[in-house]
Amino acid sequence: MIRVGPQDFDIGAEVRALTAGRTDIGAVVTFSGIVRDVPLELEHYPGMTEKELARIEAEAHRRWPLQASLILHRTGRLLPGDNIVLVIAASAHRQAAFEAASFLMDYLKTRAPFWKKEERNGEAHWVDARESDDEAMKKWE
Amino acid sequence: MKLLYFAWVKEKAGIAEEDVTLPAAISDVAGVIGWLKSRGENYALAFADLALIRCAVDQEHGDLATPVAGASEIAFFPPVTGG
Repeated sequence: MIRVGPQDFDIGAEVRALTAGRTDIGAVVTFSGIVRDVPLELEHYPGMTEKELARIEAEAHRRWPLQASLILHRTGRLLPGDNIVLVIAASAHRQAAFEAASFLMDYLKTRAPFWKKEERNGEAHWVDARESDDEAMKKWE
Repeated sequence: MKLLYFAWVKEKAGIAEEDVTLPAAISDVAGVIGWLKSRGENYALAFADLALIRCAVDQEHGDLATPVAGASEIAFFPPVTGG
């Protein structure tokens, strides 16, 4: 499942929603990202964002035996301490869930069309992409 | 065809989106960029360093060699920084 928008999320509520009524899920791994240091504005490419996240999610389901998954990304202006991203991978056993959650984040970081603009010392500037994120993605190739 | 620009590419080009008719000779993304750069200083500025430009054709990641024939939407943007 994919969700993109300004609304905040509650990790517990999202896990409960994803696993409600299921008896085939034995492992749930969540990753949540939080805004650090300074306020930021999240721009994205409406339309492609949802498609790209769906492609990333489908690829994770192709590689691991996942029972359910969620990728949730917030947009708009966010403050330090705010939630920004949530990935949930649910499987019968933990290894697939751990690996899939890590894969989903590495791919999201390098392929999902989001751009952060930070406000630092009264000036707004676009965040540069990190080479370490590209390196992290390569291990899945 | 719709052209879209995001983040600092949008700011440097001074435009978020536009409808254009490409010259018939243009066959790939590199051709589109070359044509845009010839249209004005703002595009020349936005596309000055192609190593920092990423693109999507019809909402799928592409590169300079991606064909554009029949495409309805091309987007230009910096490397992504979400998550």
